[in-house]
Amino acid sequence: MTRRVLLIEDEPHIAEAIRYILVRDGWSVASHGEGGSALEVIRREVPDVVVLDVMLPGRSGYEILEEMRADPDLATLPVLVLSARGQSADRALAEGAGASRFIAKPFANAEIVAALRQMAGA
Amino acid sequence: MVPFNILVAVCLAYVCLLFLVAFAAERRAERGRAGWLRSPVIYTLSLSIYCTAWTFYGAVGYAARSGLEFVTIYLGPTLVLVGWWLVLRKLVRIGQAQRVTSIADLISSRYGKSNLLGVIVTVIAVVAATPYIALQLQSVTLSFGVFASGTPEGWALPDQSATALWVAGGLTLFTILFGTRNLDANERHHGVVMAIALEAVVKLVALLAVGVFVVWGVAGGIGDVIARIDASSIADWPLMPGRWIGLTFVSAAAILTLPRMFQVMVVENSDERHLATASWAFPLYLMLMSLFVLPITVVGLSVLPEGANPDLFVLTLPLAEGQGKLAMLAFLGGFSSATSMVIVAAIALATMVSNHIVTPLWLSLREGGARAPGDVRGLVLMSRRVSIAAILALGYGYYHMSGGSAALAAIGLISFVGVAQILPAMIGGIFWRGATGVGAAMGLVTGFLVWLYALYLPSFGSGGLLSEALLREGPGGIGWLRPQALFGVDGLDPLLHAIFWSMSLNTGIFVAGSLLTFPSPVERMQGLAFVNAFEHDAGARGWSRGGAEAEDLLTMSQGILGAEEAQRFFQAEAAAQGKAGFLPDTTPEFIERLERRLAGAVGTATAHAMIAQFAVGAAVSAQDLMAVASEAQQILEYSTQLEAKSEELARTARQLQEANEKLKDLSVQKDTFLSQISHELRTPMTSIRAFSEILMDPDLPGEMQQKYAEVIHDETIRLTRLLDDLLDLSVLENRKVQLSVKVANLHDLLNKAVQAASNTRPERAFTLHRDFPAEHMPVITDTDRLVQVFINLVSNARKYCDAERPELTIAARRRGGRIIVDFIDNGSGIPKASQRLIFEKFARLTDTARAGGAGLGLAICREIMANLGGTIAYLPGQGGAAFRVSLPVRPESAATAEAA
Repeated sequence: MTRRVLLIEDEPHIAEAIRYILVRDGWSVASHGEGGSALEVIRREVPDVVVLDVMLPGRSGYEILEEMRADPDLATLPVLVLSARGQSADRALAEGAGASRFIAKPFANAEIVAALRQMAGA
Repeated sequence: MVPFNILVAVCLAYVCLLFLVAFAAERRAERGRAGWLRSPVIYTLSLSIYCTAWTFYGAVGYAARSGLEFVTIYLGPTLVLVGWWLVLRKLVRIGQAQRVTSIADLISSRYGKSNLLGVIVTVIAVVAATPYIALQLQSVTLSFGVFASGTPEGWALPDQSATALWVAGGLTLFTILFGTRNLDANERHHGVVMAIALEAVVKLVALLAVGVFVVWGVAGGIGDVIARIDASSIADWPLMPGRWIGLTFVSAAAILTLPRMFQVMVVENSDERHLATASWAFPLYLMLMSLFVLPITVVGLSVLPEGANPDLFVLTLPLAEGQGKLAMLAFLGGFSSATSMVIVAAIALATMVSNHIVTPLWLSLREGGARAPGDVRGLVLMSRRVSIAAILALGYGYYHMSGGSAALAAIGLISFVGVAQILPAMIGGIFWRGATGVGAAMGLVTGFLVWLYALYLPSFGSGGLLSEALLREGPGGIGWLRPQALFGVDGLDPLLHAIFWSMSLNTGIFVAGSLLTFPSPVERMQGLAFVNAFEHDAGARGWSRGGAEAEDLLTMSQGILGAEEAQRFFQAEAAAQGKAGFLPDTTPEFIERLERRLAGAVGTATAHAMIAQFAVGAAVSAQDLMAVASEAQQILEYSTQLEAKSEELARTARQLQEANEKLKDLSVQKDTFLSQISHELRTPMTSIRAFSEILMDPDLPGEMQQKYAEVIHDETIRLTRLLDDLLDLSVLENRKVQLSVKVANLHDLLNKAVQAASNTRPERAFTLHRDFPAEHMPVITDTDRLVQVFINLVSNARKYCDAERPELTIAARRRGGRIIVDFIDNGSGIPKASQRLIFEKFARLTDTARAGGAGLGLAICREIMANLGGTIAYLPGQGGAAFRVSLPVRPESAATAEAA
């Protein structure tokens, strides 16, 4: 059974890179590049893990995350938050909103893969 | 016989002696050893300036013409001095308490420090003194004349008028030297007082010497003289009770109101107790002065030839008897009488003129008012000197106009009646609290005018200042307005007539005016201080047994000290008196301690006034209230200063707060900016890192390698451009741009920009609308920078215009001294809410259609236009996105240089 990951990232190059490394690692990858409709996509796709960028057009990653945590169906879905802001304050903000993991950009590819494996396994 | 030259030399020597005496006295006083200078004897002798040349020479003339009536001139002052405790003592007390400098000051001060009253009194005093000074000139001139001719009949000087002028000039110089050498704070002149005391002795000795010579040298002793008097016509003069009463009254009034008498009696008084001595010593002096008047008169009348001027008997008798030295002494006596009167009168009048007329006028003419004290001193001294000269000039003028022929006594009485007009205001002022300034002014003016009309102007003789017809039939034939028969009162002696009408109208109007008007607060206070001069001693601040209630005092003290503090103080005081509770007996000691305690909180004057409210029998003096006012003023000033300071502090605090807000804003801006930059940098770096790692994978297919290497390349360029933009923006924002200004054709610049932007989304069809002829205009600016702005706008349109068939219209024109270029596309435009944000850094509105920009483009455009002296703005309501670039045809600095 392939593990399914939903990638919500507006930067096409970054989305492409992540998609490549995850597919290589054996994941099934769906991706979406906009914040406003992200929740619908999550509910539709029902992924095992979500990779969520913070700065999205339409709606910020934190808002999406908070709504997910408020929704019983999505409350426990593992979410990896990616942020171009790597300060500890940003990390705290992400965890407060209910992030399962937080990784700052730019990241090491292996770091993403390891994190997702762990989150999906748990 | 004494040669005229020697006479002049003796006069000068005498004057020098007076100077020495005055100088020595002043030196003594300065060294604080006034001692006997301030003795009652000196005070009494100084009062002798009452006896002028009029008395010295004129009494004999008076006796020769009107018998014993001359005695009234001595009777009035004697009554005033014998009854000194009634009026004089109060005047002196008030004068010292109020630091009065002249009679004008006294009246002005009493009626609410009204300068108008000061001016009125000054004018009356100066006008009234004029005949009097003329009289001194006349007597000195006459006596000179007698010596010059050597004959008893006198009149032998070639030009009597010229002699009088010389005398007036000499007296002016003498008075200025004497009276205005320096400016005394308290207007006291020890030197002058000493000199006139010496002169008093000289004139008494001279008159007594002449008298003794006449009685025992010419006549055959006392018995003979009495027999002669009985035989003479003097004994036959009927006593006229009306004139006696009138003259006694006028002379009594005059000694109180004559400016020079006020000067020596009140202003120069250093000790109230001297009055007690003067009250008997001065009448004694007057008695001695009048002792030999009758003998000299009768002997003169019988010995000297028919027609000899009796006004000069004192001089001509010794001369006729060949007693040159005695005549010289008599001359010096007369000279002393004249000079002492002129000096003191001129000093007193000059003080009034300068204090009430010149100085206020000068100060009001000067804008700004406040002057260095030294300047005012100089001004006051100068104005006094000029006043002295003017007063003597007036005296000379009167002498000249009246012809110098009138009898001495008649002239003197005119002056007396004039100054007596001040009496109602003065007496009313010190005895009647209801007297008001309006009443006083009305009374004074009325009395003065009646005096002028009924006595002064007619004194120049009919056909003088008043025509003969006016004197006889009244102005315009109105009988009841005849100067010497006002209101149809005919047949009265002109002098008595004038005294009656001037004094009764003056007093009546003064009383009526006072009853009908209300005094101002200051007037009320001053009235209280004057009328109750004895009840409340402003100098000593002690309280006699007050009727103050301890409870009232406690209540008041609680208001000032606070309840606890006040109760503790009262309890301690009660305990000290051996009483329990909070209410000690209100002994003077207790009240004094309480006052001191309160003074610590509210100031001495206020404390005194507050206690006074409760201590029965202690009136609050004007000075107390003035002191309160000044204290309150100080507190007010202090609090105003505090207020200013606290306002300043508040302002500083506000400024600091503003600066802090600005810093906070800046800090927030900086944080936002850094975080935005961080984001903008991290995003390409993330791609670069991720793809670099992917490229390290040996299994990566070839075509993927190619594609990912291209991504890395693009992202690197994006990073570089971002850094360039940031640096560019930083330079532009700091206005540190080196502009290279060139002349170019706007059309060429637009062509360049369109060309450069053509590689933005080149895959899209894009239509440009331009009006080439309109674009041909010269523009002087940094053309590279302007092109940069144009490129940005064109490529933004190419990037973001969301129309199906994107179009851009570029319209250029000149308006005024400016070039305006509009860029309008046919897209949906920028939402209203975002329009004001688009020129901010990183204000990229949407990420969907990004083409490598970091959101700095329009921010850079705005900064470029600002550097070029132009603007860039969004034009709302044009359908699509519309931007207007506007810039001066030539740079501002060049334009202004050309305009200049």
